[in-house]
Amino acid sequence: MISPTIRIWYLVHKWSSLICTVFLLMLCITGLPLIFHDEIYRLSGDAPQYGMPGVGSSGTAPGLLPLDAMMAKALSARPGEVPLFMAFDNDHPSMTITTAPRADAPGSEMTIQMLDRSTGRTLGQEDEDGVMHFLLQLHTDMFLGLPGMLFLGAMGVLFTAALVSGVVLYAPFMRKLPFGTLRTSRSTRLKWLDTHNLLGIVALAWMAVVGLTGVINTLEKPINALWQRRELAGMTREYAGKGALPPSRYGSLDKAMAEARKVLPGNNPQFIGFPGGSFSSAHHYAVFFQGDTPLTERLLTPALIDAETGSFTASRSMPWYNMSLSLSRPLHFGDYGGLPLKILWAVLDVFTIVILITGLYLWLGKRRVSSAAHVREVETGGVLVLAE
Amino acid sequence: MTARKSSRQSLWAIFGVPLAIAVLSTVGLIAALTGDGWRDGLSWAGLAVPVLAAAWAAKARRT
Repeated sequence: MISPTIRIWYLVHKWSSLICTVFLLMLCITGLPLIFHDEIYRLSGDAPQYGMPGVGSSGTAPGLLPLDAMMAKALSARPGEVPLFMAFDNDHPSMTITTAPRADAPGSEMTIQMLDRSTGRTLGQEDEDGVMHFLLQLHTDMFLGLPGMLFLGAMGVLFTAALVSGVVLYAPFMRKLPFGTLRTSRSTRLKWLDTHNLLGIVALAWMAVVGLTGVINTLEKPINALWQRRELAGMTREYAGKGALPPSRYGSLDKAMAEARKVLPGNNPQFIGFPGGSFSSAHHYAVFFQGDTPLTERLLTPALIDAETGSFTASRSMPWYNMSLSLSRPLHFGDYGGLPLKILWAVLDVFTIVILITGLYLWLGKRRVSSAAHVREVETGGVLVLAE
Repeated sequence: MTARKSSRQSLWAIFGVPLAIAVLSTVGLIAALTGDGWRDGLSWAGLAVPVLAAAWAAKARRT
């Protein structure tokens, strides 16, 4: 007797997996070196020498140069451009300044300069041609921009459906088998079936978390647009009627930063969004502060400072959708617990690759067999050999 | 039929170990987010559980 419920779950598992497998394989393979992004960067010899090693550019340590001086330096290298972002580091005196011909320029027209805030020297421009950058683009949007990102997000949703249906099928399959069963000597198919089930069930929580946080990461642009439209517009209502502030009237960044620090004392900034960009209004320096505990470090709170006068306008913690995006980043990248965590991340990533390949093998080997026969295979724990 | 039924396991028996692995993995995933030091260590231990479970099965349950 074949349970109709199991048949439905079998079909969900088959089709959700089949559609997403090729893309998930690409994501797992490109993701593997990306886990060790920082280590590869350091070992490749590109890591710069700092004037004050270990002093974070996000702090207020004596010896760090004024922000205005750093901005002047960056703009002198890109005459005629306007500033978009200034981003800080907690561990090194390095910082980045992003400029572009216009405030609303697309990413391809932006220039990111890396500078040392302890010496004022330029450390170089962010490498856009390297292998790692290529892998990151492929992993993020397959060079297709927002549609590519959302498409990979949809593949992540299908992957989640495959995980859920896989767990449901695990029950009838394992009904007579002890946990960990790995029958490697009877047939190749049984060996791969048991491997697929075992690795799938042990890596389940990790795959679900990395999959779902990956989906949330693909929603980055819509989430930020929603924040700008709802929260930012509400915070800067009194500026709504005014035209955009021309860059010639931008006031002191150091004064603005001091004002922002008064509002959120004890916290360090992660970045400043400049007027007209996607993280600020047309009139404000939006200083995004990190929380002051490890848990809240990733949850940002913007303080909006009038870019012309340097006076404080508003500060409001981010809504839940931005918070979930902020927490999704570390949970997807695995970069929050030192090298041992990254190694475990890589092992579980390899598990996922094996699950995808064995799944593909199990389908390819018997794709002409009826779904009823496949369901019987699941219900008998793989004992019933499939006939052509 | 009764004989067949008795050899079947309950859902608890099927999902007991997987559930424990999932809970420990989740503890591992969250611990390092809340701070450094021993919380990192807890993270490594938690996420080592699924890897060790697979290694144990490959050694002890392979037939």
